[in-house]
Amino acid sequence: MEFLQFAFMQRALLAAVLVGVTAPAVGIYLVQRRQALMGDGIGHVAMTGVGLGFLMSTNPVWMATLVAVLGAVAMELIRSYGRTHGDIALALLFYGGMAGGVMLINLAPGGSNANLTSYLFGSLSTVSADDIVSICLLAAFVMLVTLGLRRQLFAVSQDEEFARVTGLPVRALNLLVAITAAVTVTVAMRVVGLLLVSALMVVPVAAAQQLARSFRATFVIAVLVGTGVTLAGTVTSYYQDVPPGATIVLLAIAVFVLLTALAAPLSRRRARAAAPPGEAAADTCDVAVPSGTGTGGDDVRV
Amino acid sequence: MTQPAERRPAGRPTVPKARSKPIEDTMESVESTEPVIAVRAATATLGARPVLRGVDLTVNRGEVVALLGANGSGKSTAVRSVIGQVPLTGGSVALFGTGLRRFRDWARVGYVPQRTTAAGGVPATVREVVSSGRLSRAKLGRLRKADRAAVDRAIELVGLADRAKDSVSALSGGQHQRVLIARALAAEPELLIMDEPMAGVDLASQEVLADTLREQVAAGATVLLVLHELGPLEPLIDRAVVLRDGCVVHDGPPPEAVGQHALPGHDHVHPHAADEPLRTGLFT
Repeated sequence: MEFLQFAFMQRALLAAVLVGVTAPAVGIYLVQRRQALMGDGIGHVAMTGVGLGFLMSTNPVWMATLVAVLGAVAMELIRSYGRTHGDIALALLFYGGMAGGVMLINLAPGGSNANLTSYLFGSLSTVSADDIVSICLLAAFVMLVTLGLRRQLFAVSQDEEFARVTGLPVRALNLLVAITAAVTVTVAMRVVGLLLVSALMVVPVAAAQQLARSFRATFVIAVLVGTGVTLAGTVTSYYQDVPPGATIVLLAIAVFVLLTALAAPLSRRRARAAAPPGEAAADTCDVAVPSGTGTGGDDVRV
Repeated sequence: MTQPAERRPAGRPTVPKARSKPIEDTMESVESTEPVIAVRAATATLGARPVLRGVDLTVNRGEVVALLGANGSGKSTAVRSVIGQVPLTGGSVALFGTGLRRFRDWARVGYVPQRTTAAGGVPATVREVVSSGRLSRAKLGRLRKADRAAVDRAIELVGLADRAKDSVSALSGGQHQRVLIARALAAEPELLIMDEPMAGVDLASQEVLADTLREQVAAGATVLLVLHELGPLEPLIDRAVVLRDGCVVHDGPPPEAVGQHALPGHDHVHPHAADEPLRTGLFT
């Protein structure tokens, strides 16, 4: 536990826990809406914010938050209005954001792509005391939204048309999910990196789905998996001197594979328990198929 | 081209229409006389194609009205315009005497959209999905004890009480439809709007759905439903409105049984096997 003595590790671990909790908490709604890759797009757009932060010598976390939020709102509007060429518009936004980030950071005094690397892939040593304050505030906002409005966000993400007919403010809630996802991207940026943020929004949820039958259980398991892998990945990264983002994401995928392997026998047992007595052997057909009474198999008509 | 919906079936009290009343009137004063649904000369387009070409549709309190027609006749668009999900290019819609634009009382409306599954991208239990329906009353607030009781009652009404804690993805096609109907009933609505509730539903579930609907009608609910064929719901239906090419071509007693299959463009929807889980994605 010697790593706890270093202030930079304390900050990194605190940031890691906050990322582990918030990323799956938002990600579950994106997965539910089948928009698992939205976080990836926001990550690309946030690069422009990081570049702007460098150029204007302000805190890149806040600048990235601002730009990511604007990008996420644009994505949500494209999703809800632009039906025909929506994917092309999104592609323009994603790659424009990425190119803008690279361009701006190279324009910044003394800036080069080397500065960008820690934002792209995450880094333990670069989580500053200022960053921690911003990360805590942003994480608090994310948890407030994802837990406080969970029923409403569940309804909107499950069946948008139905939610509109219940009179819920669906457009506002959709925008809120987009903004919350953008905020989460910037919370996670320092630890996991912009290019791997989306993995932490999606993989813990995918892993949790293997075991859970309810939304509530999926949420809890996903947050536990997220927190577990970010902590373990951060500590591993300290001892092995490997990038934390990559370590965390590979660990998350390992957990997904493990839970998937565990889930198959579990679901078989559940199916057996759920089947009424007498139908317990429903795995096999026991209906006799008439054969050899003059009608060959070729005569079967559909 | 279109016929006004003037005919009333025998055996139900005739409610006089009060078209002269301005729709801005307060709900209380017009409640007993205004139709529950009043669609006047509605036109709508999908892309450049006209889908509704001047549809009149009136549903009075306590009535069960079936909207029939071939694929592409505009019946789905018609019900979706009633709940504001398809913008009208002309004409008007009023619910409970209030113009749709100003209508906010969504807890009075239970909507069953046309779906083959109640599942989303993340596992959810029957109770979790049905609870969504209660949000028309709870809005942005929490679900209270009375709300949870209403959710349980709705699940019981469709005969899924023993499956309430099961994941919806483990249900059969007919059971999915029962979940969607329970979700609409959770708000204890006065008006039920259902878009093809019987599509892809096994016979056992069709009977349960018919029973559920019968109870709702007996309790005074008003029902507008899009149907492909009358099927087991036939005895419940007071009036049928048949659409063809976006126009009302029949408004009156339901077509005779022999007529069901003779409706223009009728095609048969095969019911799913009772215990075959449905794997179709909702948003794919």
